[in-house]
Amino acid sequence: METQLNILSLLDLIFLFVISIFLGVELIAKVPSILHTPLMSGSNAISGITIVGALLAVGLTPGSTFCTILGTLAVIFATVNVVGGYVVTDRMLKMFKTKLPGDKK
Amino acid sequence: MSREVLISLSYIAASVLFVIGLKRMSSPVSARGANLLSAGGMFIAIIATLLSKGIMEWQWITVGIAIGTAIGILMALRVAMTAMPQMVALLNGSGGLASLIVGWASYHYQPNSSLLTAISIYLAVLIGGVTFTGSVVAWAKLEEKFISGKPIRFTGQNIFNSLLLGAVLVGGIIFCINPVTNYPLFIALVILSLILGVMVVIPIGGADMPVVISLLNSYSGMAGAATGFVIINSLLIVAGSLVGASGIILTQIMCKAMNRSLKNVLFSGFGAVKKQTGTVIKGEVKTSSPEDVYLVLEAAHSVVFVPGYGLAVAQAQHAVRELGELLEKNGAEVRYAIHPVAGRMPGHMNILLAEANVSYDQLVEMDNINPTMETVDVCMVIGANDVVNPASRHDKSSPIYGMPIINADKAKAVFVLKRSMATGFAGIENELFYFDNTRMIFGDAKATIQALVTEFKSSV
Repeated sequence: METQLNILSLLDLIFLFVISIFLGVELIAKVPSILHTPLMSGSNAISGITIVGALLAVGLTPGSTFCTILGTLAVIFATVNVVGGYVVTDRMLKMFKTKLPGDKK
Repeated sequence: MSREVLISLSYIAASVLFVIGLKRMSSPVSARGANLLSAGGMFIAIIATLLSKGIMEWQWITVGIAIGTAIGILMALRVAMTAMPQMVALLNGSGGLASLIVGWASYHYQPNSSLLTAISIYLAVLIGGVTFTGSVVAWAKLEEKFISGKPIRFTGQNIFNSLLLGAVLVGGIIFCINPVTNYPLFIALVILSLILGVMVVIPIGGADMPVVISLLNSYSGMAGAATGFVIINSLLIVAGSLVGASGIILTQIMCKAMNRSLKNVLFSGFGAVKKQTGTVIKGEVKTSSPEDVYLVLEAAHSVVFVPGYGLAVAQAQHAVRELGELLEKNGAEVRYAIHPVAGRMPGHMNILLAEANVSYDQLVEMDNINPTMETVDVCMVIGANDVVNPASRHDKSSPIYGMPIINADKAKAVFVLKRSMATGFAGIENELFYFDNTRMIFGDAKATIQALVTEFKSSV
């Protein structure tokens, strides 16, 4: 938790950021509107990736009780986001069925 | 292989799984597996992070994950499909809050940040805070708890918001230039961004909620990406921006389906727009009874249901599916026409009908159903209003002029199930109700549909 951002690593990260935005747009544009609700809850679960930061905030801040408390709270909220998101998405997608032959669930 | 390399490789694997997961979301057949892949990616990311050198406080990590998992599973299994928009709002909010807290913790641990890290912390806290309180307000609006679902406006709102935004920006600049001596300012910025989240969402309401939910979805991703800049982690940036992009696309689709610009949605609540009445409609409304509707349905070869949020309110989706099955047994082709903004969030109607066991190949998007509407014998409009208002095609004075609609009026017969003649979210009269081929059936949609089901069953 101690590393500081310098201009070179910043440029690398911005590069990743821009490319990923374009990739995301391409991917999501292909999702049919019938699946938009599960798409939203599923992508929402992905945004719980901030859990990585939360885990580091608890685990890599030795000697600071306040950081441990903050980090634990962050882990709780990020886990709710991740677990809740994936489970509810699965629950929704399980319901999508078809009667067309050869396409059975 | 060194520990760092292993962790980096795992992060790459997780990113790839997220991307494949989103890609395979493009079909209902592969979507469930896609979600599992994405969850697998998240699992790998968490395990890899825990392998980092020097991780301590395991007991707190375990406690945090255990509590979060319990809450998450409980929420996900108990939520009703009608309440899915609220659920997604809460999930967005908790992700945003987590990003805010991570930003805070890393500043607290190392107040002497470089300028670039300070900017990243500021952005993570700002976007995370706005996402958190914005989502809580959106949840309360959807639930109609504590506050009304309608847009809330007050005098001086724009001035207040401008001052607030100005304070957040100026405070942010001062903080970033010299983070180490500005802890109190940092706390003030946290509080200001929380207030900003409330102020951004309260003037929006009613039919615009799908846009808000999509936008908050985007913010929660962006907050994650900003956190990635704070802790210098590529995985957070990749995953966060993928989600950010998905929210942007959904927001665009929603705005297009309502024929409004994002700026218009954000800064002028629909109810607060000066009421344009549109053209006064002449003619008379003709009503019908379930018995008469039954006779028409019985002879129909092609039936299209147009569901709106009223269907969810009346909990009529199961009754509709039962009626649909009886119609199919009777030899009719049954389809469901879904308008992009029907319901309270993108795709809301589809999950309600899927829950009621409607086969997804019967759910047809607006653009695909419209060219066939003229061959449809009966169109049943259930709890939908503005999305079938033909005024949007020709009446330039109507506030919904230009909005794409489902051409229900083109069907040979139209039955509209509605509680009363009350107007929809847009607050305008619907000329469809006055057409010669339209009959209104007033009352509870579920009761009406059930009456039709009984008619069918008793006549077999």
